[in-house]
Amino acid sequence: MKVLVALKRVVDFNVRVRPTADGLGVETAGVKMSVNPFDENAIEEALRLKEAGKATEIVAVTLGASTSQEGLRHALAMGVDRVIYGEVAAPEALDSLAVAKLLKAVVEAEQPQIVLLGKQAIDDDAGQTAQMLAALLDWPQAVAVSKLTVEGNAATVVREIDGGTETLNIDLPAVISADLRLNDPRFVKLPNLMMAKKKPIGTQDLSGVAAAPSLKTLKVAEPPPRAAGVKVSSVAELVEKLKNEAGVL
Amino acid sequence: MSAVLLIAEFDASGLKTATRQSARAAQNWNLPVDVLVLGTANAAALEQAQKLSGVRKVLHANAAHLTHPTAEDATKLLQSIAGDYNVVLAPHTSQGKNILPRFAALQDVGMISEALEINAPNSYVRPIYAGNLLATVDNKAGLQVLTVRASRWKPVDADGNAELVEVAAPAADSRVRFISVDHAGGERPELSSARVVVTGGRSLASAEKFEATLGPLATQLGAALGATRAAVDAGYAPNELQVGQTGTIVAPEIYFAFGVSGAIQHLAGIKDSRVIVAVNIDPEAMIFQVADYGLVADLFDVVPELTAALQK
Repeated sequence: MKVLVALKRVVDFNVRVRPTADGLGVETAGVKMSVNPFDENAIEEALRLKEAGKATEIVAVTLGASTSQEGLRHALAMGVDRVIYGEVAAPEALDSLAVAKLLKAVVEAEQPQIVLLGKQAIDDDAGQTAQMLAALLDWPQAVAVSKLTVEGNAATVVREIDGGTETLNIDLPAVISADLRLNDPRFVKLPNLMMAKKKPIGTQDLSGVAAAPSLKTLKVAEPPPRAAGVKVSSVAELVEKLKNEAGVL
Repeated sequence: MSAVLLIAEFDASGLKTATRQSARAAQNWNLPVDVLVLGTANAAALEQAQKLSGVRKVLHANAAHLTHPTAEDATKLLQSIAGDYNVVLAPHTSQGKNILPRFAALQDVGMISEALEINAPNSYVRPIYAGNLLATVDNKAGLQVLTVRASRWKPVDADGNAELVEVAAPAADSRVRFISVDHAGGERPELSSARVVVTGGRSLASAEKFEATLGPLATQLGAALGATRAAVDAGYAPNELQVGQTGTIVAPEIYFAFGVSGAIQHLAGIKDSRVIVAVNIDPEAMIFQVADYGLVADLFDVVPELTAALQK
């Protein structure tokens, strides 16, 4: 069984993001980038499926600017078998539906039984790509999965939902999106990273896939800052202020 | 025919607040608003849906397999009625997040997640980077599909008189089988929607001290417990308690941060809280820059004192 993992390279979660000077986007020049944390959970889960003898080949794919190939190096260092860089004309303008259409073309070429990806990317926070890809493929979907058990041609998944969990049993092939609780991704060791730099990166030309975005970002701005607060000197003063000033107790 | 369709959510006690709030968001288009109720709803939920102010019709898909709707079954139903609508929306809950992207892709339209502001007919403000930035986004699609952060809107009044219409539900997708729902978390409320959140950082020093120190205060306040990424990484609290950009984003009435330094990704996940209270022994801690009330003190002194003060 082949597993395809889709990953996105995003601004690292420790970076304080700022709008670009023209207010049309987010400043990424000179900013530390990393594989989207939820996508790391997806990679880790795919690797565990292989280690458990359930999967035979793990393939990772990414779209985006040519620098996003660094994310594929990271996936190789984690242990995936093969990586694909999907070449598209205007990667910065893609919306989730466009990404899903492009990934569909990769799925059709690779024919995996499971597509694993993060439940959302921590840059756009849209959380749509997995569901949209499942729709376009007409495959079952399992979103925000915290436990995955593959048995033959089906999988039992535990999904994180508001206030608890939901358990589903779904036929494969399926698209599965990873929640943070799914696993703890392994650390990449330096020798593995060095070896990953020598491995080939496959490419798939996706420039012919019709994937015009329907969303257009007109402005990116910082939200109004929180008003400066006050320091209190004792628990009694704190309780008094919460009761009488803020009115929240 | 132009109209707005809102997907309702309810539990045993009736229609959820998020649905009442989203009903007001739905009024932004100045079009008739219909509400879709999925599954074998209790009578209270249907009656409350009919009373939502400004709602024209309540569509009820009364089928057992839609009571815990899978995205596959819900989208099949939406596909069968979508032709009547030019806006389909839901609150940004796990249900809305599961169903609507699948529906949007089947309609070949882009989708807006978690709209904070709606500038009808097709422009929105939404959070990106966990709310560190706000993006103004236009959706060129003819059919507008979106989830909304419901708490941004006031619930509509209960003075409506909508017509109740039964709609036929397509057969279940046999490839996806619902097994169970587990409402975990014991007696404490759910982190993402709790009115009060009590969070601890790495200074709690151990899993035992974490629960022993913060547990009684959380119980006293009826609060959800949260933890920083550092505390989770150190093993003091389970992963599902993690608050922040890489965990759960919260927006409670009161957020208590004990021994929390204020890492960027943590601050991003709490900045929409109404009141932030921070207690930290380090007066330079970043958390004080966003806290409405700060107390420079040892949390192991403050928490028991606060718990006792609140019991009075």
